[in-house]
Amino acid sequence: MSDQKKKKLTPVQQEYQAFARRSEPGRPVLLNSVRAFLAGGVICLLGQFVQDFFLWNFDFTEKTAGNPTVAVMILLSVILTVSGVYDHIAQWAGAGTAVPVTGFANSIASAALEHRTEGFVLGVGGNMFKLAGSVIAFGVFAAFAVALARTLLARLGGS
Amino acid sequence: METYFWAFVVGGLICVAGQLMIDVARLTPAHTMTILVVAGAVLAGLDLYQPLVDFAGAGATVPITSFGNALTQGALSEARHFGLTGILTGIFEVTSAGISAAIIFGFLAALFFKPKG
Repeated sequence: MSDQKKKKLTPVQQEYQAFARRSEPGRPVLLNSVRAFLAGGVICLLGQFVQDFFLWNFDFTEKTAGNPTVAVMILLSVILTVSGVYDHIAQWAGAGTAVPVTGFANSIASAALEHRTEGFVLGVGGNMFKLAGSVIAFGVFAAFAVALARTLLARLGGS
Repeated sequence: METYFWAFVVGGLICVAGQLMIDVARLTPAHTMTILVVAGAVLAGLDLYQPLVDFAGAGATVPITSFGNALTQGALSEARHFGLTGILTGIFEVTSAGISAAIIFGFLAALFFKPKG
């Protein structure tokens, strides 16, 4: 928590915050990292197999093979999400399943499933991007800023 | 064979970076993903992400950082041909497959299945 936020709390609240932090069980950082490494590595390894499959068996180049690869990974992720398997793996793997693109697909599919009872328009459509939305919004804005800066710099440089 | 090794190692390491942000920096998973995407977009702008893709293959293209990279790459390549408006038309050029697939399969999942557990 930032210092600015801390100042607004009463002394009792500050005391409680400190107390809560002391009693919080420590996180097994090393174990979590090893699990994330293994799970993330395996998912990327799988992605490499899928990509090579498309490269060898169809008319794809290194660049264009990325699209069907991502689509297949996402399809696999949604199937695992629907069958409830992805959540189990995610509990074990932590960021190992969240960081790959399969985690992005999982967040969309699980949000869509979860809010199904609220109807298809307000529930599924409205909540699909609940988690993935910030990734897309920040990604797009960052890409816009970076591309704008590069384009303007190239113009100034006269190249 | 070597590609598979580096795909595993580099992909694993990017996930470890995410895990450390969650465990050590105490960020929420949503903040972690957002930071990784922005990092990918910025690295692409510095021409540093493509070398990683050439080196590690799917180890660099499967993690979410690659989404940021693809957004910037698409914007830059269209900007080269069409100027500033190219940035707007190009941002989703490369990532269309990923976003569309996630929406379509996610929607189908909600149509035909109920949540488990």
